[in-house]
Amino acid sequence: MRSFRVLTGAVLITWLVLPLIPLAIWSFARGWFYPDLLPKTWTLRAWDYAMSDTAGVLDSLWLTIWISVAATVLSILVGVPAGRALGMYKFRGKEIVELMILAPTIVPGIAVVLGIHSVFISLGLNNTVSGVILVHLIPTLPYMVLVMSGIFANYDPAYEAQARSLGASPLKTFWYVTLPAIRPGIIVGGLFAFLVSWSQYILTLLIGGGRVETLPLLLFNFATAGRNDITGAIGMIYILPGILILLLTAKHLSGRSGAVGGFGQI
Amino acid sequence: MSDRTKIFLLLLPAMFIIVVLFFGGLAIGLMRSFNYMPVIGLTEPDLSAYVSVFTDREFYLSFLLTFHIAFTSTLISSVLAIGAALLLRRSFVGRGIVNFLFQLNLTVPHLVGAIGMLYLFSQSGTFARLANEFGMIEKTSDFPALVFDPYAIGIILQYVWKEIPFIGVIVLANMQSIGEDYESVARSLGASKWQTFRFVLLPLIFPGVLSASVMVFAFTFGAYEIPAILGANFPAALPVLAYRKYTDVDLAARPEAMAMAIVIALLSAVMIYFYVRYSRRRIRG
Repeated sequence: MRSFRVLTGAVLITWLVLPLIPLAIWSFARGWFYPDLLPKTWTLRAWDYAMSDTAGVLDSLWLTIWISVAATVLSILVGVPAGRALGMYKFRGKEIVELMILAPTIVPGIAVVLGIHSVFISLGLNNTVSGVILVHLIPTLPYMVLVMSGIFANYDPAYEAQARSLGASPLKTFWYVTLPAIRPGIIVGGLFAFLVSWSQYILTLLIGGGRVETLPLLLFNFATAGRNDITGAIGMIYILPGILILLLTAKHLSGRSGAVGGFGQI
Repeated sequence: MSDRTKIFLLLLPAMFIIVVLFFGGLAIGLMRSFNYMPVIGLTEPDLSAYVSVFTDREFYLSFLLTFHIAFTSTLISSVLAIGAALLLRRSFVGRGIVNFLFQLNLTVPHLVGAIGMLYLFSQSGTFARLANEFGMIEKTSDFPALVFDPYAIGIILQYVWKEIPFIGVIVLANMQSIGEDYESVARSLGASKWQTFRFVLLPLIFPGVLSASVMVFAFTFGAYEIPAILGANFPAALPVLAYRKYTDVDLAARPEAMAMAIVIALLSAVMIYFYVRYSRRRIRG
């Protein structure tokens, strides 16, 4: 029984890391043809290419970071108040509001983005970075609200009242009392929002019209063009932030948090 | 300021974004699928897009394929995820590392997983090379088609890879908060290991499994980039078909694309119904 457990555990772990291995090897390979199990020549050419100023990979990396950071900051600004309303108050129609905010976590992007595309044409938002950031809010915002409403459900507003009665201004109260209490939620929710935006493909493809070339779009193009070595290098760069975020948040991440649902979107 | 005004103001920005972008996008899609768009002079709604979609054989093949992908992936992932959670539930040496590896591919985007599967399972991929090494095949074409194949095996493998940890993490947390007391009682009353699992643990974790599965089903039904990388050209998965119709040089195909988007949205509405029903029960329970 014990050895069965160890064996299935080993199989599981192997299976879970397996698809990343050929991707990593390809990034150091040159002309790795069938039926060679390992490349005959190892090289850093794909990495040199990816890191060069002319290839556009670095431009794409900065653009992707900018879009995801902007979508995250906007999600925080909009999601924290909404989380406060849902976490701290009971009101008529609350269930409908919750349902409306959760709906984008289930309805696939392709179902809404075609309609958005035909409206963004007249607003001049298609093929622009701002348009892409806006449309990324659809999948990122619900998780921010979900995490923050969980935080505010366990939050005691009496501290705010005390600070106010001792003469603190609303701004000071927010900065010194509210913010420290909700900071863990903002961090976890923000990291999730970042990752969800980071992984968007179809929303960026349609609204960006191919002009806003984020890393996943570049990765897709190299993969379908058969440039496996460069695909490998871009793929490695692309998964790095997620791994860093996992290392940072591992202790906050139990499946009990509603935020884990965010992983279903990545 | 009264509580009502406060709640209204707190919710306003988020609701504005969700209503305008999300529901607005859906509504415009719905209108265009009926060929109704007063701004560009289309004032007489009709059903022609739906007629041409529902009389097209490719749509049905595509729908069936997409349903098969979503259903099969969700089922296999859920079963294996429960198994994985049962495994990771016990403490053992190195569980921290195993747990980390288990969570690692939660953060890896589906697109990367899809490319990885392509390099593993294509006819010149890692497994084909291994088969050649062991003398099982000679040419690349001897290796069975596992990507771009009519049964969408590559796509399903990718989803199973990615969703086992997703459902697993949720189920594991579920098991940990339930604890082992109920099972100990069942065991002490003479229930077998299987009976304890089937009649005690499974009913307790089922709502959690179901709500995670619903998310997986909806995602796998509506995802674009995975079938675009790993899928066959014909029939293509529904989101791929909808995208192709939308970007067709013939603009008349756009309402058809919108009609397909609405079909995808309707199916996910059914999913939301189940999700809400069971996640509520989970919260109450």
